[in-house]
Amino acid sequence: MSENFTVEIISPEKSILNAEAKEVMIPSFEGEMGILRDHISLITFLRPGLIKIKEAIETNFFVEEGTVEFKNNSLLILTSSAKKLQEINKDFLNTLLQDAEKKINDNTLNDKEKYLLSYKIDTLKSINQ
Amino acid sequence: MPSLDDLKKRIKSVKSTQKITKAMKMVAAAKLRKAQENAEKGRPYSQKMQNVILNLTKSIKDQENAPKLLVGTGKDQVYLCVVLTADRGLCGGFNSNICKLAKAHFKKTLEQGKNLKIITVGSKGLDQIKRDYGNYIVQKYSFKDKKQITFKEAEIVGKEIMKLFKQNEFDRCFLFYNNFKNVITQIPQAQQIIPTEKKLEETKDEDSTFYEFEPDEEEILEELLPKNISTQVFKAFLENAASEQGSRMTAMDNATRNAGDLVDKLTINYNRSRQASITKELIEIISGAESL
Repeated sequence: MSENFTVEIISPEKSILNAEAKEVMIPSFEGEMGILRDHISLITFLRPGLIKIKEAIETNFFVEEGTVEFKNNSLLILTSSAKKLQEINKDFLNTLLQDAEKKINDNTLNDKEKYLLSYKIDTLKSINQ
Repeated sequence: MPSLDDLKKRIKSVKSTQKITKAMKMVAAAKLRKAQENAEKGRPYSQKMQNVILNLTKSIKDQENAPKLLVGTGKDQVYLCVVLTADRGLCGGFNSNICKLAKAHFKKTLEQGKNLKIITVGSKGLDQIKRDYGNYIVQKYSFKDKKQITFKEAEIVGKEIMKLFKQNEFDRCFLFYNNFKNVITQIPQAQQIIPTEKKLEETKDEDSTFYEFEPDEEEILEELLPKNISTQVFKAFLENAASEQGSRMTAMDNATRNAGDLVDKLTINYNRSRQASITKELIEIISGAESL
């Protein structure tokens, strides 16, 4: 009896990942969430953060938004912005960070947008270290 | 009877046309492979998205207060039609097939006394539609300078649709595009995206799956439905791109073959008249010699 379940990350352009994992951490909208096998069926969406897929080696993805569905031991993540952490370079990070920091000072934003942006900045900073 | 020189010129010109169509076919074939790949890769996303929404819809208890995007505005008066076509011609019936379908739809809509609003994407469709329905066009897009259509372009169109919807500009929205079945078959399609089309065949198994929602269903739907619009538009873009190349390839293949046939025919003609003129000359010489 394995403790694994399938994980799929799909972007509009292509399928980014289709693998098995023991545990997946997702930055759900209302807080970080860990998913193990036989989790209850679930639909939620993501805030900016890191998806951590734990298998023999841990793979991390940076996401800005997305939708998650877990059902029958298969986890489906639909996102248009997933990027493998190893493939992100410093320049890309810095431009994203600058953009986000510029935006957060814009007073026309509502609370929700600010909330999302602040998470984006935090995550970017933590990657940058 | 055209002279030998004329025939020669025609053969030459047909041959050079053939060269062009052949080259276009090659280019289309190369692009087709990529576009087809993209279309196939993009399918799971939109399909899964639809599935998630379907599952969500099932668990909404309060149908009355469900988001308008899902159930409609309750009215059925103004139709918004988004017609997706190519920016380039020379691709057989590709553009006209979509326009034909769209126009039939427009006609029916107007006959029923409904209001019509049109958004065109791609310059070829605009050209064909503005002749008859120019007054109804509210917005036009062309991504001619983009080498490859990405999700960003689809989002531009999707957001415009959302904006119009929020302003109560229309009650129903249709997408017109070519569905890519295979290289030689593309099916022009009208897909209703607002309100979300409910699939008649419900999933039979695990109908009773209970979902945990975080945050609650309504909030997720509010977030998901606008995204779904863009996703559907993007899917249509991808299908259309693959169809365009497929259609162009077939059209250019036909053109190349026709040019080949024409060259053969002209060459036979040319040889015949050449022979005829030689015979004629010989007869003239012989009869001249006899009369001496």
